Amino acid sequence: MGKKENEKCEKGITRRGFLQVMGAGAVVSATTHGLSAEHVTEVMEPAEMTKVKLLVNGRRHRLLVEPRWSLLFVLREKLGLTGTKVGCDRGECGACTILINGQLRYACMTLAVEAEGKEITTLEGLMKGEELGPVQQAFLEHDAFQCGYCTPGQIMAVEGLLRSNANPSLEEIRQGLSGNLCRCGAYEHIFGAVQRAANLRRGKGGAS
Amino acid sequence: MREEKEKLYYVQNIPVPETPRPTHTPSAWKETKIIGKRLPRVDAYERVSGSAIYPSDISLQDMLYGAILRCPHAHAKVLSIDTREAEKIPGVRVVITGNTPGAALDWPYLRGFKTKLFDPHCRHEGEEIAALAAETPYQAWDAIKAIKVKYEILPFVVDELKALDAGAPAIHQEGNLSGETQGYERGDVEKGFAEADVVLEESYRTESELHTPMELHGCVAKWDGDRLTVWESTQGVYAVQARIAEVLGLPLANVRIIGHYMGGGFGSKLQAGKYSIIAALLAKKTAQPVKLFLTREETFLCVGNRPPSNMKLKAGVKKDGTLTAFEFSCIGTGGAYPAGGTSLVDWQIRDLYKCPNVRTKMTDVFINAGPSRPCRAPGHPQGSWALEQMLDALAEAIKMDPVELRLKNISPYSQAREGNPPYTTTGLKECLEEGARAFGWEEGRRKTAETKKSGHIRRGVGMASCLWFAGGGGPPSTVIIKLFSDGSVNLNMGASDIGTGTKTVMAMVVSEELGVPMEKIQIEHADTGTTQYATPSGGSKTVPTESPAVRAAAVEVKRQLFELASKDLKVNVTDLILKDGEVISKQDPSKKIKIAEVPDLKRRGVLLGVGYRGPNPEGKVVNPFAAQFCEVEVNTKTGEVKILRFLSANDSGRVMNRLTYDNQVIGGITWGIGLAMTETRILDEKQTGKMVNRNWHDYKLPTALDVPMEVKSLPIELDDPQANTTGAKGLGEPVTIPTAAAIANAVYHATGIRVTMTPINPIKLCQLFSQRGKEG
Repeated sequence: MGKKENEKCEKGITRRGFLQVMGAGAVVSATTHGLSAEHVTEVMEPAEMTKVKLLVNGRRHRLLVEPRWSLLFVLREKLGLTGTKVGCDRGECGACTILINGQLRYACMTLAVEAEGKEITTLEGLMKGEELGPVQQAFLEHDAFQCGYCTPGQIMAVEGLLRSNANPSLEEIRQGLSGNLCRCGAYEHIFGAVQRAANLRRGKGGAS
Repeated sequence: MREEKEKLYYVQNIPVPETPRPTHTPSAWKETKIIGKRLPRVDAYERVSGSAIYPSDISLQDMLYGAILRCPHAHAKVLSIDTREAEKIPGVRVVITGNTPGAALDWPYLRGFKTKLFDPHCRHEGEEIAALAAETPYQAWDAIKAIKVKYEILPFVVDELKALDAGAPAIHQEGNLSGETQGYERGDVEKGFAEADVVLEESYRTESELHTPMELHGCVAKWDGDRLTVWESTQGVYAVQARIAEVLGLPLANVRIIGHYMGGGFGSKLQAGKYSIIAALLAKKTAQPVKLFLTREETFLCVGNRPPSNMKLKAGVKKDGTLTAFEFSCIGTGGAYPAGGTSLVDWQIRDLYKCPNVRTKMTDVFINAGPSRPCRAPGHPQGSWALEQMLDALAEAIKMDPVELRLKNISPYSQAREGNPPYTTTGLKECLEEGARAFGWEEGRRKTAETKKSGHIRRGVGMASCLWFAGGGGPPSTVIIKLFSDGSVNLNMGASDIGTGTKTVMAMVVSEELGVPMEKIQIEHADTGTTQYATPSGGSKTVPTESPAVRAAAVEVKRQLFELASKDLKVNVTDLILKDGEVISKQDPSKKIKIAEVPDLKRRGVLLGVGYRGPNPEGKVVNPFAAQFCEVEVNTKTGEVKILRFLSANDSGRVMNRLTYDNQVIGGITWGIGLAMTETRILDEKQTGKMVNRNWHDYKLPTALDVPMEVKSLPIELDDPQANTTGAKGLGEPVTIPTAAAIANAVYHATGIRVTMTPINPIKLCQLFSQRGKEG
């Protein structure tokens, strides 16, 4: 992976934005066939193992991956970081939302080899030791989940939103979370949790 | 009530044991300290930190990944399967088909109907053809693509209205009628219509919805000799155990199912899937653990749906609001196999409003599509879509307020059941009155009527009410509580927490009864190897079923504790109470001892209390009721509908935890918005019979942008000591039953357009607006 590839990822993408650019057909081919043609500098066989260094939650991992393996697969099945969930494996639901170099990404739409050398933050990375991060704490207090399976992705989306907009309006919150599906439908509690998290991050504790 | 027991869909096709009656029944709580509070969940930390291990998160040493080859055609016969190329793919360990020894198994549907696990006659797209296990899922899918299958493609029918036509392709030898046409009748319907001042008739349709819970369907299977352990994403571990043991011919004791966490089910994970059996077979053949989770696309094709309903309703009303007759019919489909395609669709019409003359007829047909599974309040939102829109139209025809018309027709007893048994409580009147007041119903009606005259942005308000035919719970349930010598507690129950807060509510019951703080209660649940029998979590019956059993176990532990403490305090057991971790004498409060200091408890180390769920009251019905109100804004140029606000007034008995209670309310409304406005299964009727929108891009779930800015939950908390010993009734399903109809009524109020077919989306509304334009 060259430097050029790194530069491609500077701007965060939303689900809708991504689909507008790529079109649904391209999304499918990107997941099954790996890199799209214009970025490939070197042709690799799908099953050929390649070395990759991943920096996840501040910890360095060296591993052998197939070039077609998604970052989601590697995080969950190779590194055991199962806080990142798999909902659709095609960039539709946001359950696998993570931060790459501080930008929101879907881990299912990112190849492990693409993430080489970048700073990857997953749900586990928001913890301070055993203590919950402010967004996690706010989700707990506001009961901002039901089954909890979309929750890691929701929390990461909120983390990303608040990093770029510390005090979002309700409309900005709704827009910011529109790429994260919650089938249990707990959206209103999530909105409340985002407002609480914004306060917690600004050091405004107090009753929720 | 035999008839009712047969209808309890959440235990259909599984054996249900009987548990003994509790030896004594505690009286209802008068005041509560813990119950009813807004408490965060006992497992919230695990769920937000990522430490909660869901079945799909399980990773075992030397684990393989399974995948299933599915039929790509709506209707086909398998002529031959060639797996040779697939077996050569690196990493592939085993490929199985229906011809593999041990894989020629029967798979049961309802009414004793069976197919093969891998059946050569594929009656819907997505039927299982072959399966395999490989070292990575990527290799597994490479191999799936390498399997060569020759099919004889058969003519198909996927439109349920054409399935009974002469010449329609026969899905089963016996024809395309699934079971007998169901009929129900009371009174004299013709006489009822003759007595009416107004008779209206309308056709309605609701589209098929897909459950698509966030966690995919699947499991991890592991054998230790002839003992099988399965970590399954399920609503009921005992139901999965029963099915797997039955299909594989194993003793129940050799099948252990664990389902501590699960990422949503909504009825689609009440029982084991074919995938559970296939995972077990692959693990057996390879002698390695196998993880088999479906892809998202597979969950659209083969793990259930809410059936589409084509309904006709004719209703008669007198000028004073007296309902005189209902005549209802429904054609639905449970897909390619007997699966309850019209199950409970007529129940609202039969039971909700007082009406002496009712006739219903329901026809369930086979089509070449995936079989349905119970979906959040089976049948009810569909029937409500018809009935509640009809009530709205009747109210307008007799110039009566829609709330008033409903208030005039409340029944204190169940009309649809034999012998008209009374409900223990019916809070429908309070739901309607207090809901209307809190929402500002009359003011809303007036205000929006004034804005109607000009402009393309129109506002309207609408409402609908409901009952839920189950939601009272009942036996069986067994719960064990252990009180340790330091005063901490272990709660052991078989029930799954499917995201509704079951574990939290049950810990609150223990805390309430034993005075033990929440953080000293550890919960063990949803594991057939270590916890007691529970029916699957579904039917909004988990709290009313399990909480009385938990309370009974706590009361039993308390009885034993008092026996030990009374010796030490030298007072009668009847004189003792528990308060803040201390056993205290009522007569002489100076006589007290901390639980952890009771000498006999210290010696024994643990007290063990077993609690059973007692029977429901004889000859009475326990049902939840609800009324919902909403305001919408319709853009008559674009057809866009914004839902501005919602209020849900629910009589679900005692509120156990207000925080998780409100969460159910907002979730149910989100589901109702999906049914009303966004969700539709689209089958390619003409060319292929295949499902067209088999992903979340094309099949639209409500998102953060589709829910109202404001949702109010208004609990109508009536005392219901007869229902059970905690007074709780079900909530998760009644909160979604009237939602879609309330939205349709609000859209009508805003625009004068009655949308009788879901979904209410811009395309449909624009068509209806232009139709009205042409008609003038």
